[in-house]
Amino acid sequence: MALQDICNFQDIFVDSSTTECPSALLGKKTGCNYVSALPFQNSTSLFNFRIPLAEYLDESPTQFGQISTSQDHSTALLQESTISCFPLPLSPPPAASSQAVPLPFPMSHGTTTLAFAFQGGVLAAADTRSSCSGLVACPASQKILPIHSHLVSTTSGTSADCALWKRILSRELRLYQLRHRRQLSTGGAAKLLSHMLHPFKGTKLCVAATLCGWDGGEVDGGHGTGGAQADLGGCMKTCGPRLFYVCSDGTRLQGTLFSVGSGSPYAYSILDQGVKWGLTVDEATSIAREAVYRATHRDAYSGNNVDIYHITSTGWTRRNREDLKEEYYREKERKERKMRLDMA
Amino acid sequence: MLSMQNFGDNGKMKDYHYTGPVEHRFSPYAFNGGTVLAVAGEDFAIVASDTRLSEGYSIHSRDSPKCYKLTDTTVIGCSGFHGDCLTLTKIIDARLKMYKHSNNKTMTSGAIAAMLSTILYSRRFFPYYVYNIIGGLDEEGKGAVYSFDPVGSYQRDTYKAGGSASAMLQPLLDNQIGFKNMEGVQHVPLTKDKAVQLVKDVFISAAERDVYTGDALRICIITKEGINEQTLPLRKD
Repeated sequence: MALQDICNFQDIFVDSSTTECPSALLGKKTGCNYVSALPFQNSTSLFNFRIPLAEYLDESPTQFGQISTSQDHSTALLQESTISCFPLPLSPPPAASSQAVPLPFPMSHGTTTLAFAFQGGVLAAADTRSSCSGLVACPASQKILPIHSHLVSTTSGTSADCALWKRILSRELRLYQLRHRRQLSTGGAAKLLSHMLHPFKGTKLCVAATLCGWDGGEVDGGHGTGGAQADLGGCMKTCGPRLFYVCSDGTRLQGTLFSVGSGSPYAYSILDQGVKWGLTVDEATSIAREAVYRATHRDAYSGNNVDIYHITSTGWTRRNREDLKEEYYREKERKERKMRLDMA
Repeated sequence: MLSMQNFGDNGKMKDYHYTGPVEHRFSPYAFNGGTVLAVAGEDFAIVASDTRLSEGYSIHSRDSPKCYKLTDTTVIGCSGFHGDCLTLTKIIDARLKMYKHSNNKTMTSGAIAAMLSTILYSRRFFPYYVYNIIGGLDEEGKGAVYSFDPVGSYQRDTYKAGGSASAMLQPLLDNQIGFKNMEGVQHVPLTKDKAVQLVKDVFISAAERDVYTGDALRICIITKEGINEQTLPLRKD
């Protein structure tokens, strides 16, 4: 098919270790050959992610920096540089072998993100501070990344990892949609992400994402959303708001309320008190804002602004980014007014 | 090359304590200092860097600028470990040529930024120790600045400082260009001359307070007419 030719993708049922792939990859001089991406050759799962390998990348990312004790290291490199898609021999997990190179710089970490489902859809909120062990690397970063029209992902952990894995997930979901002519469900997307992160378990990769989406019923109109009252029992199982938490250590959980990050304990306290299924959209927005605001107040690594996304059957909408600095002044004014009233 | 064991997080020497026998491992990284800055305006972009190359207490070179011209509308500033800076710019140049030959057009600033992000991430477990900032003009001719962390996370900004004096310069830029933390000030749009003057003042301040910044300042001003380079002497001590 045309798309597969352009992207150099094999059929997912063909085993990646057949010899036809080297010539196919080297023979095609399309622009896609020079896309640098992570290799997944050592995955034997059903989803065979054939990603074209850049010529200069001749080691798997999990093997970089490992002090190799094998004698045939140089010959292995030679082989790999000529046949760029040759599947790498299954290596022992990096944590078990020699130590990784100690990094001279810290990664960006620290955040407050939260998401919950209610009768009006799913609400996702996050702060916007990216800190780097004491320095605010970016006061206006985006921690909620839209994946497609009905799926949004909140990210926590190392920002580079989260940005890249979100891109990979968007691409895989789009390819799934083109191949199977239907949208993958939120649970399916969560499973996909979890399986993609599994080979990197034990390495320093740190991704903790909440996938918030709306399943089914968006195009069909009356079936899923309109006559939902009578059909609620059967419909709830296949369509409606969905929330999944995926972590790079392998966790994959479904739920109705999640908060992730260094400020999550503070956010949980506000959310546990106020979140109910029957909230209106405005009430839910104000609870989410309040939770992020309180968390940023107490957690040093969260702050700056708050982003709120609302996902319904018609897709996601984004509220204007709001600076929490103003909220502190408003709160102070409210307290002063209250004190004056109490004293009067 | 001195081992990283002697140095703290960003290349500054730790105090010497005798703690018993210590194993010194070879570290593949070194910190060569330097500061880079980029500012985006309405129809221009400025990328500036100092030209000092240092390591520990020594200065290797006083004439090693950290801005590299990529295309007619894009300049990249790289600071951190000089070896990785050189390799990274060679790889970017090669990829630019490959793109030009396959697609018969020059890469735009946004495309270079996205490509650099994937190049950096491909070395996620043995990163390039480089802090990159790309400055250039986007497809509409407006100034664009893209700032990166060493593993490829990036975003588009209006201004950004990177390198050893970044923690000192970034708040100053927030205040002067972003008008942050000031009350009742009119937000005047930044003109090219005012921006160049601001960059010069900012680097003079950085050279006063950061030991790894100094010697000379190289400014690259990118407009639709092309790239104009200026050099200004800074403190040499």
